Amino acid sequence: MIYAGIVMAKGLSISNLIGAFPSGIAQGIIWGIMALGVYITFRLLGVSDLTVDGSFTTGGAVVAMMLLNGHNVWLAIFVSVLAGMAAGITTGLLNTKMGIPAILSGILTQFALYSINLAIMGMVANKAIPVDKYHLAITSRNIPMAIVTGFIFAAVIIAVLYWYFGTEHGSAMRATGCNSTMAKAQGININVMKVLGLALANGLVALSGGLMAQYQGFADINMGKGAIVIGLAAVIIGEVIGDALLGKYLNFAGRLSFVVIGGILYYIIVIIVLWLKVNSNMLKLFTSIIVAVFLAVPYLQEHQKTSFARAGKNAAKASKEA
Amino acid sequence: MCAMLEVNHIFKTFNPGTINEKKALIDVSLSMEEGDFVTVIGGNGAGKSTMLNAVAGTWPVDSGSIVIDGIDVTGLPDFRRANLIGRVFQDPMTGTAATMQLEENLALAARRGRPRGLSWGVTAQEREVYKERLKKLHLGLEDRMTAKVGLLSGGQRQAVTLLMASMQKPKLLLLDEHTAALDPKTAKKVLDLTQEIVEQDHLTALMVTHNMRDAIAVGNRLIMMYEGTIMFDIKGEEKKKLTVEDLLRKFEEASGEEFADDAALLSK
Repeated sequence: MIYAGIVMAKGLSISNLIGAFPSGIAQGIIWGIMALGVYITFRLLGVSDLTVDGSFTTGGAVVAMMLLNGHNVWLAIFVSVLAGMAAGITTGLLNTKMGIPAILSGILTQFALYSINLAIMGMVANKAIPVDKYHLAITSRNIPMAIVTGFIFAAVIIAVLYWYFGTEHGSAMRATGCNSTMAKAQGININVMKVLGLALANGLVALSGGLMAQYQGFADINMGKGAIVIGLAAVIIGEVIGDALLGKYLNFAGRLSFVVIGGILYYIIVIIVLWLKVNSNMLKLFTSIIVAVFLAVPYLQEHQKTSFARAGKNAAKASKEA
Repeated sequence: MCAMLEVNHIFKTFNPGTINEKKALIDVSLSMEEGDFVTVIGGNGAGKSTMLNAVAGTWPVDSGSIVIDGIDVTGLPDFRRANLIGRVFQDPMTGTAATMQLEENLALAARRGRPRGLSWGVTAQEREVYKERLKKLHLGLEDRMTAKVGLLSGGQRQAVTLLMASMQKPKLLLLDEHTAALDPKTAKKVLDLTQEIVEQDHLTALMVTHNMRDAIAVGNRLIMMYEGTIMFDIKGEEKKKLTVEDLLRKFEEASGEEFADDAALLSK
């Protein structure tokens, strides 16, 4: 479902490939907004938060149901963000108040959200919100406009995050993720910070889910499946490209921008892969490999400099020479 | 004058009821006046760091009370005592946030124990103050205020942590073997800096150390711990005349065994 809306290439013609780009960019921006949430937990708080697979769908489900019930689209988006934050708070409390490891807390919430999301959608797995009948903020019917709207959303969110993480409160949150002992010594309540961080992140993820439901014209119970992996792919691709292009001149706002760009690049890669007639069922395998490779590279680079295998080889060489 | 720190009959047992049960603190009491600089010495497992952590609030004590500047903090976790306490840790990596800028670290410390709102994390005004403060360390750090702290050396980071701990004058400065992980030359620099800051800001400080010579040379009072209790407490004139040999003899008299701590002996 994630890849719905991508124009499947009929033949290996460049025009088909180019023709699929705008849709890929629009969806890439929407996923990029989700990736900003993943960036907050994964990079700033140092937690792999698996809630996102559930809270992304929650965002879509809330927006779809509120639209179907005749509410304004902006109110629907606002409520979906609150619902996502509630999911994040749940994960945070399971972790900080119940002593459940962060990764397992996220899995538990995500699992529970499957039932909750179904309940939100009236126990139906798929809810259509046709653009002809409802006023939507973003839709695949008008892709250029969708790109502009997505871009504005992303820009505003990046601006707000840049501001927040520069404040006293946001600095305290970054300190919590970087060094919790130091944070406590400065009087920071790290549990509150973790819960707030997870709430903020999942609010963004739900916002992205709500936008995606509008874009594709329906909410689906499985629309968030694998969201964490796509989010990580966007974060990592963005970081690699950002570092390569700007290196140490990259400031925080720049990093956030590259996370969104990472989402777009990821989607363009997906389009190219589909254009090459790769079976779309293979995409998840392909995405996992990309993320695994990018996560492994820094480790392997370090390992190459200093490893037992290398030390052993050096010792063997030295003893041969002696 | 009322005492700055009062530790009243505290007990702490780790892993009670298991094979690893360890009575880490047994009826420890200590009173420190304002301006006291107390050094704490003892062998491995004597309870020095445990006492420091009890005061810092790393975990709750089993019984007894801890009062700092008239405020009973026994029931408060570490982050809620932070407005009263400045801390420097043994591991130079512990006291600072590596991925954050030097000035951001200082700004976090400047707001220690205060509510944190949505105004800017570092203001232009305080940057000037930090610059002046860093200049006094003579480490050239005043020109690296926007560098990530992770790029600094262990000694530099420990000096920065000291500055952070003392920036907003704490009621109590806790130093937990803060020079132990540094090379001897850097350790001496950091210790000199510690004395300078304590003296300048008239701080009340508690310093745990492995090094007998440091324990004797620094501060106005020395405490030796042994198996979870305070073995003896030497202050004033008596401390000034103290030698390492005296300390070892006293230890043997009181405990009936030889002082078995290589680090302490080797650092004579």
